Amino acid sequence: MPKTILTVDDSASMRQMVGFTLRDAGYDVVSAEDGEDALARLRGPIHMVITDLNMPKMDGLELIRRIRAHPAYKYIPLLMLTTETQETKKLAGKAAGATGWIVKPFSAVQLVAVVKKVLG
Amino acid sequence: MNEKLCAAYREEAAELLADLEVTLLELESSGEDAELVARAFRALHTIKGSGAMFGFDAIASFTHELETAFDSVREGRLELTPELIGIALDARDHIQQLLDAAPADAEPLAASGRLILNHLRDRCAPPPGHVPVPASADPAVEASAAATTGEDQSELVTFRIRILPSVSVFLNGTNLILLLRELAELGDLRLVAQTDQIPELADFNPEDCLVHWDAVLTTSASENAIRDIFIFVEDQVELLIQPIETAGALPLGQIMAARGDLNEAPAESGIRRTSDLLGDAIVVAPGKVEADVREQRHVAQQAKKRTPTEAASTLRVPAAKLDSLVNFVGELVTVQARLSGFAAASGNAEIASIAEEIERLSELLRESTMSIRMLPIRETFTRFKRLVRDLATDLHKQVELVTEGNETELDKTVIEQLSDPLLHLVRNAIDHGIESPAERQRRGKPPVGRIQLRASYAGAFVLVSVSDDGAGLNCDAIRARAIDRGLIAADAVLTEQEIYHLTFAPGFSTAAAVTEISGRGVGMDVVQRGLDALRGSVAITSKLGAGTVITLKIPLTLAIIDGLLVEAAGSYYVVPLSNISECIEFVRDPNASRRHSLVNVRGQLVPYVVLRERFALTGQPPPIEQAIIAETNDGRFGFVVDRVIGDHHTVIKKLGTLYRQVDEVSGATIMGDGSVALVLDVEKLAAGVIRESQRPRAFGLELTH
Repeated sequence: MPKTILTVDDSASMRQMVGFTLRDAGYDVVSAEDGEDALARLRGPIHMVITDLNMPKMDGLELIRRIRAHPAYKYIPLLMLTTETQETKKLAGKAAGATGWIVKPFSAVQLVAVVKKVLG
Repeated sequence: MNEKLCAAYREEAAELLADLEVTLLELESSGEDAELVARAFRALHTIKGSGAMFGFDAIASFTHELETAFDSVREGRLELTPELIGIALDARDHIQQLLDAAPADAEPLAASGRLILNHLRDRCAPPPGHVPVPASADPAVEASAAATTGEDQSELVTFRIRILPSVSVFLNGTNLILLLRELAELGDLRLVAQTDQIPELADFNPEDCLVHWDAVLTTSASENAIRDIFIFVEDQVELLIQPIETAGALPLGQIMAARGDLNEAPAESGIRRTSDLLGDAIVVAPGKVEADVREQRHVAQQAKKRTPTEAASTLRVPAAKLDSLVNFVGELVTVQARLSGFAAASGNAEIASIAEEIERLSELLRESTMSIRMLPIRETFTRFKRLVRDLATDLHKQVELVTEGNETELDKTVIEQLSDPLLHLVRNAIDHGIESPAERQRRGKPPVGRIQLRASYAGAFVLVSVSDDGAGLNCDAIRARAIDRGLIAADAVLTEQEIYHLTFAPGFSTAAAVTEISGRGVGMDVVQRGLDALRGSVAITSKLGAGTVITLKIPLTLAIIDGLLVEAAGSYYVVPLSNISECIEFVRDPNASRRHSLVNVRGQLVPYVVLRERFALTGQPPPIEQAIIAETNDGRFGFVVDRVIGDHHTVIKKLGTLYRQVDEVSGATIMGDGSVALVLDVEKLAAGVIRESQRPRAFGLELTH
């Protein structure tokens, strides 16, 4: 039974790239366009969330806080996508409850490696 | 940093550069595509990042600016114009040069690099916070300085690691088990969980992490690599890492003291009073003792075997090693043949069954060795994308390159040698085949010409074709030119195929003007020579005004072939089995002409040559000889030999340069008993015999002794 990953990004090509890579690595993928969309899709078997930080409507930090407060999903791994320069964002993400981060730009191999690291 | 790592970087960077080129070209044809820009950016990012790591500072600083530009493109701050792509391609080539450059070339290269960067800066405003690169830096000096600071990766170190997670570590979704597993992947890991903090069930809060671990890890990785595993939880998991000596096992007490589980003094006394040791150690939690005992065992084991335990799904192996493997396999096959021969002759059933087993194994070994050498043709095809683009731009033509059958696999050496012939064919197709956009439109074709590279299997051969939808070959023009040059008689009757093949004559060109690219008349004969070296053949089909298809037929592999072993006057020869259609008995007709004779094969007349005569071998032939009938480009052709011995797996060895002129023999092989058999080039032999028989008699007389 493959594990399901929810990917949240407002860039369609990013969602596509992440989705493609993860499916290729044997995961099921659910995509959402922003934080609100992600919360709406947060039901059933979701084993992990990968979220961008800068998004319209609800940003990644708020999404992470909400998921950590959700009784059914508070312990799932949450990865955030950041860029090298956003050291402060990284700390803010950790404080919000993110499990880890992936620095953009990343390769498919890197993405899968980090997902395996926190999800198995 | 050692040579190996630098070589690994060079290799990686070369791959990334190839990928970058493809990406840029795709970007050019498909317009701005975020994923492609990201791909270009990632390639640049890795080239820069690893370049700095491995001491290629000139590459790193040069690539940095290009990366910044693509970052701007990615972020939408800069528009990706065709001009920018052009600069990026130039920059890519410059990086390639930097990669290949000797230290002495650093100065001129730095100058041309600055030129490219100036172009780049003209296209995009300098990014904020950008620090100019010191142009005076000598990359060679920096590289060697960096080279001394690296650590030797192959050395195994044993670390004592204590992993102390904070109570709240689970709250952000961390799964420590996975991190411990990752740790185990670094090397040989002994792990003991310390559970003494876990309370009774009534007081137990499952959200708290109350376990910590003691570990001993023997690894080639550095302490930083260990810390990297815990990078996401570095503020929540305390790591105590210390390297330990594995020269010999330490007494348990000292280990405990070193770990801080036991005071030094009791340990000392413990060592003195061995029988009381456990009594002293009782003050320590049992888990700690357990961990220390494991460390003692682990260290003892490590002292015994200091062997790395690494597994990888793919390996990079220098091609030379593969070549020598093929050589050894070849020799093994030879010895095996000898063994089989001996076993069959001995009549000993036991030896025969051993020989059979070895035959089976060496066959498997041969097959898998050959499969290791097989490479997809993709890389060769991909390289042409750039060529096509550049040529088309130079010639003001619009050409699209389509490839098919990229996955078709060919022997490494075949692929290497195929590159040149293909290059000439593609050049010809663009220069002579594809018309200018205006001309194409006049003829009712789409303005963008199309060149297709296609590869497919056909038995033991691979067909590689280059087709274009250009002007096609003009039979009349070729004919006229050939008559002009005295290649054929003015009244010669030639088939279309024969006329096309005239273009393979050295120096042949119908091009009205010699262009930069082709038309000098070198090219097609290069194709022919390349194919000869590959034992391949070529077929041309063309339609005036609609295009040309040139198909190369190439054997899958060169190194080992299945052949038929034959004997003539005590010498052995091998004929490639792929050429042979049948063997027949042959009785000489005393009236036949010596030069070029015909034999009747079931009603069909087949020309033949007697090897004894062709190779001027002395001695009396046996009363009944045998003829091998082979399929050649000139039709069926017979070779008369004394005796056909049978199947022979042949490892072809090249003849020395001294025999370069001998084109009727394509190589040699060493037989089981150590004697040498020549591998016959059936095509060349047949063509040579036919050519000589067609020469004027007077000329023929000169040749006879």
